[in-house]
Amino acid sequence: MNRLLSFSAVLLYAFLHLPLLVLAAFSFNQGRLTVWQGFSLRWYEAAFHDGQLIEAALNSLVIAFAATALATAIGTLCAYGLWKHGSRTFTLSLSLSLVTPEIVMGISLLALFQWAFRFLGAHLGLHTVILAHVSFCVAFVVIVVLARLRTFDAALEEAALDLGATHFAAFYRVTLPNLVPGILSAALLAFTISFDDYVITSLVAGVDSETLPMVLYAIARRGANPVVNAISTIIVFGLGALILVSERLRKP
Amino acid sequence: MNRLRTLCLAPAALLLLALFAAPMAILAVYTLLTRGVYGGVAQPFTFENWLRLFDPLYLGILARSFSVAAAATALCLVLGFPLALFISRAGPRKHLYLALVMLPFWTSLLVRTYAWMFLLRDTGLINTSLLALGLIRQPLPLLYNWWAVLLGLVYGYLPFMVLPLYSTLERLDPALSEAAADLGARPFETLRRVVIPLAAPGMRAGVLLVFIPCLGAYLTPDLLGGGKTILIGTLVQNQFTNARDWPFGAALSMGLMAIVLVLLWLQVRRQGQSLL
Repeated sequence: MNRLLSFSAVLLYAFLHLPLLVLAAFSFNQGRLTVWQGFSLRWYEAAFHDGQLIEAALNSLVIAFAATALATAIGTLCAYGLWKHGSRTFTLSLSLSLVTPEIVMGISLLALFQWAFRFLGAHLGLHTVILAHVSFCVAFVVIVVLARLRTFDAALEEAALDLGATHFAAFYRVTLPNLVPGILSAALLAFTISFDDYVITSLVAGVDSETLPMVLYAIARRGANPVVNAISTIIVFGLGALILVSERLRKP
Repeated sequence: MNRLRTLCLAPAALLLLALFAAPMAILAVYTLLTRGVYGGVAQPFTFENWLRLFDPLYLGILARSFSVAAAATALCLVLGFPLALFISRAGPRKHLYLALVMLPFWTSLLVRTYAWMFLLRDTGLINTSLLALGLIRQPLPLLYNWWAVLLGLVYGYLPFMVLPLYSTLERLDPALSEAAADLGARPFETLRRVVIPLAAPGMRAGVLLVFIPCLGAYLTPDLLGGGKTILIGTLVQNQFTNARDWPFGAALSMGLMAIVLVLLWLQVRRQGQSLL
């Protein structure tokens, strides 16, 4: 039984990781086809000389940094508030935002922006994408930070209060420093989720705010392209590294 | 004290109201409006869009989405259970093994889906290899069909099944399995009569976490189904782009949300808690 379990686990890990590893290997292929023709970095070179890709990658980075900063701040405060005193309405709303299908969230935000812009005279652009990303990243930040808070000893904060600290000082000088690994972990997670999003982004992005996933999606739909293999490999290893750090930080 | 808590919750409350509740409310109003001449929405108010949901054409698409999502969920359960059990019994290495499951999951859905396009397409690695080995003469039509979509969904959401399963299995008292063994149960019997019934809450959470995103999936069916397998997600997106029928798209979204809400409510009622 244990051997059967180990055997199936090996197969499942292969299923989860092989497709990405094969893709990564072929991104170094000399040839355009899926036949190995020798090692080469030409597709990486092509990717780094493609103006559209570079611009899209920069957009993605700007959006991910801004959305991460906002979502982490808002989410951390929210988690702290919920830890102090739970709120059923809040937890339910956050859960609901987590399970709302991306496509529904995307078009509802598009409808909101279109409606609001009739009065504001603004257009879709980086700012609308950032707002949308903040809205779907917050719930993830709350989950991660709340999990960290649950391992935090509330007596420490009470001790600070007993010793005369104000509620704000107790939070800022005792609880918050203890939360730093959890907050960083949440921020890294928010960053990867934001950087990778396609469905919501493509709906609320303007003409001048194309992101990397949007460009990749458009190329992938057209057919095979070794440049996509190269960029995919960079994304997988880049974001993968962030996730590993995030996981590492989450361990108490 | 209460003031501090209110201050802490205020930004998130504002965000949820402005960027979640308000958009949904706007969408709900749109379901009752008429399609505008150049897209968008117009008066008069009507129930037409809701009635259209019951058109056999759309019911068929709904049924197809349900069957794909159900099949993907069932496969995830069958594949995820042994994996979760393996990880929960891995001793000190279990954190590493769990991270190995979650790693590709958090990384990039788009890239993971693209990786399967790379493997499955006519000139993809699988077909090229089989052709080179002389096993086939024509490339097999692996991509752009129902099976490719199913594969993509299972690949994409398997970690969502493993995570809750693992957390219930991990908390399971090993003494229970030992007691069953002492009383003469064989390993498979222990699994069937002790472990699986006790893992039921994790299974329910996993089924919900996989089924809901699969039902509303857009990216995977679009890329791996190649537009041939129309599911709800694609249908919704079409109303807002090509078809320019916002009110009907809104009605479709609200219908989808209603299904999601019912599923979430069932889970909350059963477990007495939500997902957080």
